[in-house]
Amino acid sequence: MGEILDNQPAIEMRNITKRFVDVLASDHVNLSLYPKEVVALLGENGAGKTTLMNILFGYYQYDEGDIFVHGKKVSFSTPKDAIAAGIAMIHQHFTLVPTQTVLENVIIGVEGGFFLNLGRAKKKLLEIEKRFGLNLDPDAIVSSLSIGKKQKLEILKALYRDAEILIMDEPTAVLSPTETQELFGTLRTLVDRGKSIIFISHKLNEVMEISDRVVVLRAGANVAERETSGTTIPELATLMVGRELLERLDHGKVAAGATVLDIKGLTVKDEAGLDAVDGLDLEVRGGEIIGLAGVSGNGQTELSEALFGLLRPESGEIVILGAKVPAGKPAEAIRAGMARIPEDRISTGLFMDLSVKDNMILKNHTEAPISRRGLINMKAIRAFAADGIARFQIKTDGMEAPSKSLSGGNLQKIILARELAGDPKVIIACQCTRGLDVGAMEYVHQTLLREKEKGAAVLLISDDLDEIFLLSDRIAVIYEGRIMGMTDIAEANRERIGLWMSGVAS
Amino acid sequence: MMSMNIVKREPLPSWVKVLIPFAAVLATLALAAIPILAAGGNLWKAYGSLFFGALGNRFNLLETFVKASPLILTGLAVAFAFRARFWNIGAEGQLYAGAVAATVIGVYGTWLPPSLKIPAIMVAGFLAGGLWATIPAFLKTRFKVDDVVTTLLLNYVMLHFVGTLLFGPLQEPGSSWPRSPQIMKDAFYPVLIAKSRFHIGIIVSFVSVLAVWFINDKTVFGYQSKCVGVNILAARYGGINAGMVILKTALISGGLAGLAGVGEVCAIQYNLIMDLSPGYGQTGVVIAMLGNLHPLGVALSAFFFSVIGVGAQTMSRMAGVPVYITGVMEGIALMVMLVFLLLTEYRIKWSKS
Repeated sequence: MGEILDNQPAIEMRNITKRFVDVLASDHVNLSLYPKEVVALLGENGAGKTTLMNILFGYYQYDEGDIFVHGKKVSFSTPKDAIAAGIAMIHQHFTLVPTQTVLENVIIGVEGGFFLNLGRAKKKLLEIEKRFGLNLDPDAIVSSLSIGKKQKLEILKALYRDAEILIMDEPTAVLSPTETQELFGTLRTLVDRGKSIIFISHKLNEVMEISDRVVVLRAGANVAERETSGTTIPELATLMVGRELLERLDHGKVAAGATVLDIKGLTVKDEAGLDAVDGLDLEVRGGEIIGLAGVSGNGQTELSEALFGLLRPESGEIVILGAKVPAGKPAEAIRAGMARIPEDRISTGLFMDLSVKDNMILKNHTEAPISRRGLINMKAIRAFAADGIARFQIKTDGMEAPSKSLSGGNLQKIILARELAGDPKVIIACQCTRGLDVGAMEYVHQTLLREKEKGAAVLLISDDLDEIFLLSDRIAVIYEGRIMGMTDIAEANRERIGLWMSGVAS
Repeated sequence: MMSMNIVKREPLPSWVKVLIPFAAVLATLALAAIPILAAGGNLWKAYGSLFFGALGNRFNLLETFVKASPLILTGLAVAFAFRARFWNIGAEGQLYAGAVAATVIGVYGTWLPPSLKIPAIMVAGFLAGGLWATIPAFLKTRFKVDDVVTTLLLNYVMLHFVGTLLFGPLQEPGSSWPRSPQIMKDAFYPVLIAKSRFHIGIIVSFVSVLAVWFINDKTVFGYQSKCVGVNILAARYGGINAGMVILKTALISGGLAGLAGVGEVCAIQYNLIMDLSPGYGQTGVVIAMLGNLHPLGVALSAFFFSVIGVGAQTMSRMAGVPVYITGVMEGIALMVMLVFLLLTEYRIKWSKS
C-alpha cells in the first residue's frame, strides 16, 4: 500500500469497462473516493452500481480501465486481494454464521494457524469497538442479534481486517428508521477516524443526509457527479431516471364503495408465541387505498402472512365481499380474489432459479386456460407470460430467462403481473417498493393507483411514510398489533401519525 | 505461495448444462485409466474389451439393455425425488419392497386370472416401493425429520425385513438357503427377443422415462413438484400444498424403484434372494446426478453404467482388470459430476498470497 495522502484519492477507478456476453454493464466508468469521504453511488436498478463494486472488490474482471488504490495501480483477481488492499464490502444480505458468537464471526478466515488465541482476538475486537463506538457483546450469539446489530457486526468484521475503505451495498434497505439513524452515526464516526465509504443507495433523502459527493450512474455509464451540498433531491432524481418525477401522484378521486376486505378481531401469534397481531379490526372499501403505517416489527409481517394464508390466526376472521376466507390456506386467499405482494419478494414471492414464465403462472396454474384436468397448456402459458411481460414492461431476455437474471424492479413487476392478472378484488401490498429505484417505485405506485381506480380494495403496508402519504386515501397506524389510529388523508398530519406510531393515542 | 479461492462465476450459457454430463463421462474414463494402469492393464485393450464386451455383439448389447433396465428405474426414482428436494437415497430399500410384493403375489397369487398376474404384480410392486418411500416423506413433512438420514437407514430396515422373510415365512419349503419359492410361470416377464433376456421390463423402464418426462413438463403436478423443490415457501404462498406434493413425489419415486425390484424378480431371478440387487439403488443416485435429474439424461447415464457393468466382465477376462473397476468408476463419475456441477456456479482462482 502506498503512502496515504489526503489529497490523493484512496480509490480511483478510471475508464472501467465491463462487457457481459451481450451487455455493456460498465461503460468507461470513472469513480474516485478521497480519504475521509462518503461517496454515494446512485442509480436505478441495472444502472451498473453493483457491477462496478463487484469489479472493485475483485469478484469480476474488467475488460478495460485501471484501478488505483492510494495512487498505486492494482489488479485484484479475488476479493481476498481487495481485502488485503484494505477494501471491505458489506453486502445487503449478511454473511454471518448465526450459530456462532460475535467474536467467532469476526475472526473467521483471519486468525490463521492451528491454535486459536481467542483472548488476543477479543482484546483487539474490544479496542476496535471502543475506538469506533460500536458496542457489541463479543460473546453474544449472532442469531440473537437484531438486524441493526448484525450490520454492526459486519462493519466490525471489516474493521478487524484493517479495512480503510468500506463499500456498503444498500445498507439501509433492511433497517428501520431508527436503525438507519444509528448506522449514519456509525458511518460519521468511521469517517472521523479516517475511513472512507462508498454508499450505494436508492433512497435520495439518505444520500443527501450522509454523503459528501454523489456519483450518478445510468445504463452503465457516468451521468453526473455533484457535491451533495450543491444539489437537491429533485435534481438527483432527474439525473438518475433521466426525466422529472411526478411529485404528488395523481389521485383519481374514486368514491369509495362498500367494504370489500373486512378483518375482524384478528389475532396472530409470531414465532415466539406472542400475539404479534392482537385483535385487529380493519375495513378496506372498494376503490380506496388504506395505508397501514407503523414502525416495522409491530405485527405488519404477521398480519400480511395471516391474510395470505401462510400463518393460521389464533382467532378472528378475514372476510372478503361478505364471505369468510378459510384460514391458513393460501389457495383460499387466491380463490377469494386476493392479490398478494409479499414483503420479501425473493424468499416468498419468487422462484429465482425458475424462468420468468414459470414464475408468472404460480397464482393461476391450476386454472383454465393455463391448465385443464391436471395438464398444463404450454401455448396458453406462453401467451399469458408474453402478455404480462408486455403489459408490465418487464425487462428480460425472454420468458425462458431465469428470474435471477432480472433486476429488483423487474422482479417486482413479475409479481405485479402475476398477482394483478384477472382483476383482483383485494390487493395486499407489503413493503412493495423496498429496495426499488425511483423509476420502478413510481411504476409500482401508478399500478396500485390504477387498480384502485378500477375498484380494488388496497391495503398498503409500508414502513415508508412518504409512500403512505403519497398513495393513501386513509391512513391507519399499527402499533403492537392493534390499530392505534385512523385518519382521512385530508386531515392527516405527520406529527399525529408519528405519535400513533410510537404508541401514544391522541 | 499460491492460494486457491472459490469464487462465484458469471452465469454460463444454458447449452453448457447439456454438455456437462458428456464431459463428465470422458473425464471419468480418463481418471479411471489411473487405477487400470495401476492394476497392470493395457489401457487400449482394457477399454476396447470394456466396450466390446458391452456393445460388441448382439447378445452383449441385449444384455446391456437388460442390465440398464433396473438402473434406469432407480435413476428415475432418485431424479424425480431430488427435483422436489426430497433427498431419497433409499431406492435400494424401495426396490426390495417392490421385489417382496412381486414375490408374494407371484408365489401365492394363484387365484388371479393368468392375464392379470403381471399387471397385478406391477401395481403391487409399484405401491409397495412407493408406500415404503412415503414413510420418510411423511416424517419429513410432519415432523421435519431429515430425509437423507431416514431414507438411507430404511434401506437397512428393509434388507433385514427381507432376511426375516427369507429365513421365515417366505423361505422355500425344504430349502436351507435364504430364498423364496419360485414364482409361477405366468408371472414371468415375457421375453421379447428370442435367445436373449430382453424382457418387457426393459420396455417398462423406457415407458417410465417418457412418463416421468411427461409428468415433469406437462402436468400441474410436475410444475408444483419443481416449485416445491426450488423454493418451498414461495410454493406454499402460491397455494401449493407442499406437504401433499412431497408425499406424492415420494410415492412415485419409490414406486419406480419398486418396479426395478419387480423386474429383477420376474425377469431375472424368478424368486427372491438376499442379493437380488448389486446396489442398483445406490447407483441410482450416481445416475440421477450424472443425468442432471432429467429423464433422458437418466436413461443415457443408466446405459453408460450398464455398459461399464456388463463390459467389466469381458475386460476382466481379456485385459486382466478386476471387475471391481465398476465400483471405482461409479465413484469417480459421481465425484467428477459433483465437481463439474460446482464449477458451473463457481470458478477456482489461484492467487499469490
